[in-house]
Amino acid sequence: METASLSASIDNASLQDAALRSPIELLRFNTCGSVDDGKSTLIGRLLYDSKSLMEDQLAALEKSVDLTGGGQINLANLTDGLRAEREQGITIDVAYRYFATRKRKFIIADTPGHVQYTRNMVTGASTANLSIVLVDARQGVSEQTRRHTFIAALLGIPHLVIAINKMDLVDWSEARYAEIRREVEGFLPKLNAFRDVKFIPLSALGGDNVVELSPRMPWYPGTALLAHLESVHIASDWNLGTLRFPVQWVNRPNNPADPQLHDFRGLSGQIVSGVVRPGQPVVVLPGGIKTSIKEIWTYDGPRAEAFCPQSVTLCLEHDLDVSRGDMIVGAENLPGLGTELQARICWMGQRPLHPGRKYLLKHGTQTVLAVAARIEGRYNMQSFDLVADAAELKMNDIGVVQLQTARPVAYDGYATNRATGSFILIEQGTNLTVGAGMLFPPTEAAKPEYTDFAI
Amino acid sequence: MNLYQLDHLQYLETEAIHILREVAGEFERPALLFSGGKDSICLLRLAEKAFRPADIPLPLLNVETGHEFPELIQFRDRRARELGARLIVRTVEAAIADGLAHPVPGEISRNKLQIPVLLGAIEEFQFDCAIGGARRDEEKARAKERFFSFRDRFGQWDPKAQRPEIWHLYNARVNPGENMRVFPLSNWTEMDVWQYIQREQLAVPSIYFSHEREVVRRHNQWVPVPPPPAGNGAADPYHGARPQPGEPVQKLVCRVRTIGDMISTGMIESPADSVEDIIAEVAAARVTERGNRADDKCSEAAMEDRKKAGYF
Repeated sequence: METASLSASIDNASLQDAALRSPIELLRFNTCGSVDDGKSTLIGRLLYDSKSLMEDQLAALEKSVDLTGGGQINLANLTDGLRAEREQGITIDVAYRYFATRKRKFIIADTPGHVQYTRNMVTGASTANLSIVLVDARQGVSEQTRRHTFIAALLGIPHLVIAINKMDLVDWSEARYAEIRREVEGFLPKLNAFRDVKFIPLSALGGDNVVELSPRMPWYPGTALLAHLESVHIASDWNLGTLRFPVQWVNRPNNPADPQLHDFRGLSGQIVSGVVRPGQPVVVLPGGIKTSIKEIWTYDGPRAEAFCPQSVTLCLEHDLDVSRGDMIVGAENLPGLGTELQARICWMGQRPLHPGRKYLLKHGTQTVLAVAARIEGRYNMQSFDLVADAAELKMNDIGVVQLQTARPVAYDGYATNRATGSFILIEQGTNLTVGAGMLFPPTEAAKPEYTDFAI
Repeated sequence: MNLYQLDHLQYLETEAIHILREVAGEFERPALLFSGGKDSICLLRLAEKAFRPADIPLPLLNVETGHEFPELIQFRDRRARELGARLIVRTVEAAIADGLAHPVPGEISRNKLQIPVLLGAIEEFQFDCAIGGARRDEEKARAKERFFSFRDRFGQWDPKAQRPEIWHLYNARVNPGENMRVFPLSNWTEMDVWQYIQREQLAVPSIYFSHEREVVRRHNQWVPVPPPPAGNGAADPYHGARPQPGEPVQKLVCRVRTIGDMISTGMIESPADSVEDIIAEVAAARVTERGNRADDKCSEAAMEDRKKAGYF
């Protein structure tokens, strides 16, 4: 591809205007698909056509053209950052890219399509609002398409885009697009996920339907990919349900100059769901003690209200023994509390998960010892069925596992709360992160202790 | 945007505060790398937001190459004093004298020599974590790095064996001798940094703003002319970097966009003398921030190689 033929469609003035306009919304998305589906090319195209690429980056690209002698600029070189990747022509890790338009800022996680790197897709998608699954129009729905859509569904990504790429190689055929779309729509109901799903036919190489609608596919009635990314409704992606506040750090000033701070005891953390206000009744778990919020302290002054995902420091009405790992929750809707957990686990370790093995389980701000008591089954990524009698979970397997923890964990089901319903497993000794867990909902709520504290 | 929604700066802020508090909660002896540059200035404000009204529970650490802009050093020291923070400074100069760092013959830049000095300081103070202001948008190798980036007992980064980072659950565990580099600004862009400086009304060193300076044209860059030799008989740290015959000294109205030291930083011609002007300039820029950094230009994998060796 010649640089001269790359069309530029956003003028500089509008970008300056966008950058100067603050505040704007932030959308996080990830791209996934098989090797050679054109993920990196698509990202390169988005960056290039939205003028997010700089001259020295282009110069470096052109230099690499001279070196490899192919005579074509490879947009994938933009995201394949490591020497090992360029040599092997693959993306071996999650790469993050940033760009902005007049309407939004974007964080892209470029997650690789290699079978053995499913763990990277889980990593890249776990913080995404939206997933783009690329399908090669010639190949149609592949094993990887089903696997990646399944993982996006398991992770609870609200918005899905099926990008049917390389339309130039199927003569911009509407029939081929419709065929692939029907096949995906055939299995989506079984996943029972996603707030919205969008199908977009495109050519990342030529830029068709990426930033601008392509005249080569007049039959396509929808918007170009970028317009969709700019407009998809994400305001309700944050969980404003019941208050959940894992305590990260106890804030106790040492010899403060201000005498009012002598007795200051704040609990610092991030609100992972809900809204908090002074006076609000709360329960501290795992202790189960009821109290209420006295003050919401921040560096910028006290707040009358704070909400997910703000970071604040809470002062409680009663002087309780609260430490890192505890969770402050809204009294009106308590999470589960227990040592018997059931979860879907994506296994990422070299050594398989076997029943009886012990791991460190990090949930919120708490780390406890856990034993994998039993494997209920392993998912077939093609049929999405749970197949019983799995003796182990190997790397990139996803299964359902019963765990026992050494101390009680306060948790919600992952479907209702991505923060308090998730955990990672850490292998002792090597300290490697070997598993990502999504909890099933608790069978019963925690029971607060009786206290004399009148609310 | 509705009432219960954060704009992009507020989102980046709460993400960074969460990470700083995870560091305080998980590590025994963390330190914060503070150079006085714009990114670490943002880090300090975020640390104030994360830990006030208590004291900031980590010392500040800086590695000097000996080629620093004096304005930067003054700013760094003043800011540390204002915060009541402990500032630890270790120098390449002393490391060379102690035989800890060995300059490549003929190489004037001490950029790579910062690596053994940083690793030496981590060992000296037994730091198990060093917080840095690096951002993923700076460079391709950085784009692949985690928030919590594990280093083995030799300080090395292994890009192929990084711990997966899922949701916002950071695995902070290290064995004795190993350590973690933590980058709370990973998701920030150059524009975000300046918008945050504007929103928080943060002071920055004067060299970020337009001023007149003596420069020479070298390798397609405006290179600042070093300060005059001390004249006390000591070896000139800028030996070899001073204007050469055929390099006429010119006065240029310029500023720095990114600060390395006086040898690795190219000045950019600019009339921008306020944060607002800089934001407009960054928005219109057609070269990346590090396009003016000599230290990244040696090869396409320059940063990757330095990071593997222990660079931050």
